[in-house]
Amino acid sequence: MSTMINNGSAGPAAADGENSEVLIRVENLVKSFGDHVVLNGISQEIRRGEKVVIIGPSGSGKSTFLRCLNLLEEPTSGKIYFGGIDLTDKNTDINAVRRKMGMVFQHFNLFPNMTVQRNITLAPVRTGFMKQEEADEKAIELLKRVDLLDKADAYPSSLSGGQKQRIAIVRAMAMNPDMMLFDEPTSALDPEMVGEVLEVMKELAEFGMTMAVVTHEMGFAREVGTRVLFVDEGIVKEENTPDEFFSHPQNPRLQDFLSKVL
Amino acid sequence: MASFWQNLADQFYQSFIEAERWKRYLEGIRISFMVTLGALVIGIILGILVAVIRTLHDQKKGSDRSPLLNILNKFCEFYTTVIRGTPMMVQLLIMGFVVFRTSRNLVGVAILSLGINSGAYTAEIIRSGIMSIDPGQMEAGRSLGMDYITVMKDIIIPQAIKNILPALGNELITLFKDTSLVTVIGLTDLTKAAQQIQAKTYQAFMPYNGIAIMYLLVVLVLTRLLAVLENRLRQSDRR
Repeated sequence: MSTMINNGSAGPAAADGENSEVLIRVENLVKSFGDHVVLNGISQEIRRGEKVVIIGPSGSGKSTFLRCLNLLEEPTSGKIYFGGIDLTDKNTDINAVRRKMGMVFQHFNLFPNMTVQRNITLAPVRTGFMKQEEADEKAIELLKRVDLLDKADAYPSSLSGGQKQRIAIVRAMAMNPDMMLFDEPTSALDPEMVGEVLEVMKELAEFGMTMAVVTHEMGFAREVGTRVLFVDEGIVKEENTPDEFFSHPQNPRLQDFLSKVL
Repeated sequence: MASFWQNLADQFYQSFIEAERWKRYLEGIRISFMVTLGALVIGIILGILVAVIRTLHDQKKGSDRSPLLNILNKFCEFYTTVIRGTPMMVQLLIMGFVVFRTSRNLVGVAILSLGINSGAYTAEIIRSGIMSIDPGQMEAGRSLGMDYITVMKDIIIPQAIKNILPALGNELITLFKDTSLVTVIGLTDLTKAAQQIQAKTYQAFMPYNGIAIMYLLVVLVLTRLLAVLENRLRQSDRR
């Protein structure tokens, strides 16, 4: 599993990211769709090795926040820096930045017109990051890690939801990203498949991957998260370590939310 | 009664066999095929270009559009409006007798005219195909760091083509039948061959019914081939 992460600076020891470098800095992020303000000024820092879990009621803006981090949504105002690069600057090569930020979607978004193996190797090859042979080797190695080597030549439509999501994680990992964004990765899964996906995410976390995870899995937040954010009405209303967050919630909205989901 | 059959046999003989006239139908079919194939290639290339430009334009918000994109989009709109708003035959007459009036390469003129015409319709078909693809596909491709064109080329267009294959097949069949219009610029396609033979034999029944059957047979074969292709492309959908 350790070979899944190549930027060895963050091993298990640095997993909580207390003193490591700031990977993402968000300054006063605002996003509105027309008159509807979804994000109303969020400022955050995510350090290398941190696993930040973002929770909140639906429509609170947590997915939009995540999607702003790799500019799938363009911020209305505010700044986002990734490794010191200003993503909101028009001259920034956003494709180069995205190669270092993997993303996993609620609905997997595998490419149905190609085999699993090609799903994984397409981006590394097309972006010139790897040669086809290298990418194939990498894909096979990653597929072994998630126990899906036998699916290399299958098409996505023949896979279960859990398998699809594990492939989607592998696809993102094939680019050797510095950070992974997870947008409700288990919300579209049948209950019995949630575990296998969380297991893969846990392994990633254990080996030091920096992660930002939007999820409703409170167990995962408590077990894997190094910091939990509660997003509501477009702002971060509370953030804390998982222990404090779940045992001593301060904000009344959070208390109410937790009483409903726990 | 016997004389009726005898008369029909004579007509058949004169229209198809005498003076090796069947060769002229074959030559006509060859020309019709060439024009169809050439126009199809031009039509699909133009169609994809126009569809991608118009989709890109529609997806971006006003402030993000570059001036170049705006100009290209306007040009594409102009192109589809003019082509879809004027009769195919008029377009052929203009191409044959105005734009390329000195050209002797009638096949080339026919291919270009039909290709440009087909492109306008193909563009709309492909655009609807692109819009039928889940936006998550583009997002997934872009999130991996691939640029817009690469994602379009490797991920969106192949899926779009699969979705619109029946409509594209229709366009191909229409195109093949529309080649009969190229007679107006003097190209000897299948229809023109029949006209010339009628002029020689003073008989219309056999040549025209003959080519009707030939057109129909080709269309039936094309329909069959398209069904096979559709099946093969659906491979990835199988469970």
